[in-house]
Amino acid sequence: MSSDHSTYKPSSGLEKWLDSRLPILRMGHDSFISYPVPRNLNYAYTFGAMLSVMLIVQILTGVVLAMHYVAGTGEAFVSVEKIMRDVNHGWLLRYMHANGASFFFIAVYLHIARGLYYGSYKAPREILWILGVVIYLLMMAAGFMGYVLPWGQMSFWGATVITGFFSAFPVVGEWIQQFLLGGFAVDQPTLNRFFSLHYLLPFMIAGVVVLHIWALHVTGQTNPTGVEVKSKTDTLPFTPYATMKDALGVSVFLIAFAWFVFYMPNYLGHPDNYIPANALKTPAHIVPEWYYLPFYAMLRAITFNVGPIDSKLGGVLVMFGSIIILFFLPWLDTSKVRSAVYRPWYKLFFWVFIANAVMLGWLGAKPAEGAYVVMSQLGTLYYFGFFVVIMPLLGLFETPKRIPNSITEAVLEKNGKA
Amino acid sequence: MKKLLASLLLAGVAAGFASTAALSQEHGEGLAEKVEHAAKVGHYPILKPKHVDWSFAGPFGKYDKGQLQRGLKVYTEVCAACHSMNLVAFRTLEHLGYSEEQVKTFAANYEVEDGPNDDGEMFTRTAVPSDHFPAPFPNEQAAAYANNGAAPPDMSLLAKARGVERGFPTFLFDIFTQYQEGGPDYIYSLLTGYQEPPEGIAVPEGTHFNPYFTSAASLAMAQPISDGQVTYDDGSPETLDQYSKDISAFLMYAAEPHLEERKSTGFMVMIFLLVFTALLYLTKKSIFSRIEH
Repeated sequence: MSSDHSTYKPSSGLEKWLDSRLPILRMGHDSFISYPVPRNLNYAYTFGAMLSVMLIVQILTGVVLAMHYVAGTGEAFVSVEKIMRDVNHGWLLRYMHANGASFFFIAVYLHIARGLYYGSYKAPREILWILGVVIYLLMMAAGFMGYVLPWGQMSFWGATVITGFFSAFPVVGEWIQQFLLGGFAVDQPTLNRFFSLHYLLPFMIAGVVVLHIWALHVTGQTNPTGVEVKSKTDTLPFTPYATMKDALGVSVFLIAFAWFVFYMPNYLGHPDNYIPANALKTPAHIVPEWYYLPFYAMLRAITFNVGPIDSKLGGVLVMFGSIIILFFLPWLDTSKVRSAVYRPWYKLFFWVFIANAVMLGWLGAKPAEGAYVVMSQLGTLYYFGFFVVIMPLLGLFETPKRIPNSITEAVLEKNGKA
Repeated sequence: MKKLLASLLLAGVAAGFASTAALSQEHGEGLAEKVEHAAKVGHYPILKPKHVDWSFAGPFGKYDKGQLQRGLKVYTEVCAACHSMNLVAFRTLEHLGYSEEQVKTFAANYEVEDGPNDDGEMFTRTAVPSDHFPAPFPNEQAAAYANNGAAPPDMSLLAKARGVERGFPTFLFDIFTQYQEGGPDYIYSLLTGYQEPPEGIAVPEGTHFNPYFTSAASLAMAQPISDGQVTYDDGSPETLDQYSKDISAFLMYAAEPHLEERKSTGFMVMIFLLVFTALLYLTKKSIFSRIEH
């Protein structure tokens, strides 16, 4: 979005008139048409486009759903069913929105994993990374509050359990919990404020996304080699090259999305959420949405007290810590080499980290008993160990492979022309 | 060194899976042992639901209208005595193949409360197609009081509100087979699953043994239907098995009335997306063929 090397040429009188008053077309041209991207970007770099599409899908379907939804403890469940039964294409809107949340998270996890693999968080992209973590946090809050709105059994009890985490903090905990709930238990004030915030958060996300893209366009994208762009031959114009690749990636992603929306819309949900909320009847297992499961597993892994910290507070600290630690990633990684392609040991530990995260997700859906607890504890240990032990030490001890001098050299080498 | 570490890791993962497999392994073959094991670990149901070949399963699934009509008959003659179906309006029964006139006549069998009138009194009147099925009890407390303390659940969403966990790795295969019939499979299994408890197993007073019940070994509802109880006029067998299939299919319809529309829209969306993706792929390929990348 910097216009110092702008190639925009206003062609008509109207465009010239506009350009000297509000150069918005110039900004669009410089950001999405002439903007130079590394020539070697692969499909791992198309998740950002999918995320943008999903944010728009969620906002559009959400705004229409909000026209029919009633945020009342007596009416919410019935109003959602009215959307499903009587509103024209209401079933489509609601299933797109509910599954859209899941696909938003699928895309964001792939996007984050891409960043971890190619070292996208390293200088000078620390702010870009931190803004991304902020977006992820906002998404988690929005997803959680959205799940409460249908006012089913899992909505109600999920809200009860998750707001209960805050009561673990000493002194201020109970006050925070009551402040969030607007009372002593999940009830009408909770539902009302969650609806209000659920409507607000996507627009905050959109705002931070603008900053995220701005920061991206200042530093430029990384690429699979991790070598910075050095000359004009290293890059291609955003349009048509990145545009086409993004479009293809998004289209394949939409096929998977449509598969769920039209053929298995309730697969990612919990049957109990089709039972209206009942404060007197606790479900047998309270399970959060799948995208929170790894963190839920880490929360429940802490079954022991550490000094003055009891297991409940310990679990909550570990859970929040597992996200907070991401903010410090740019400084925890001591390696001079950016991409895992040239870091054999980091590559191995990275894939173990991914397998570990999947395992934690699976454990989060299992009851916290027997071997599951031990596995969760080992998984938690590796999760944190990866960031605070492996990452700092690897940079000091690992011998990286030979790094190409430039992106162009890497591309020509790959194609056997150097 | 790297190989050693990788194999150590693999061994660790394998050990983890082995220990969980041991944890969830069912002890013994007989039903009695399974009942005892379930009670010990607190894990229900005792038996996984049976699978039925539903007409509405799969990407081209459609409701069998005759079956839905039979299911409606079972609901009105048997289930409706205790179970409400608050979310379903009579007008939607036209989806079952009935004419507007037939729906009017059907609704006229019911009385609903309305009001208050100009005198401030509540009154009852004959139901019209825009009314919903009236509930058998005035409120949940009355329903619980009349049914041994356990209020019969509303049936509008029952087919989506029940489902037994599929377990690893079945839940992964389900993504590709589009298995979404856990609810009707469960209802069918429960209705056909009533039996005498195995030797030496006692169930609490006033409850009935059923190894398919989702949260205990027995439930408050006695076997609600048996052979020959409902008369079918289309020649279908009047058996417990057929009744159970028909009511399960009808409850799936009640829970998901737009299923057919959803699946047929999905087919068009899929065709569009596949063609669109192919075109994008060819365009992308031709653009990138100009350059080294």
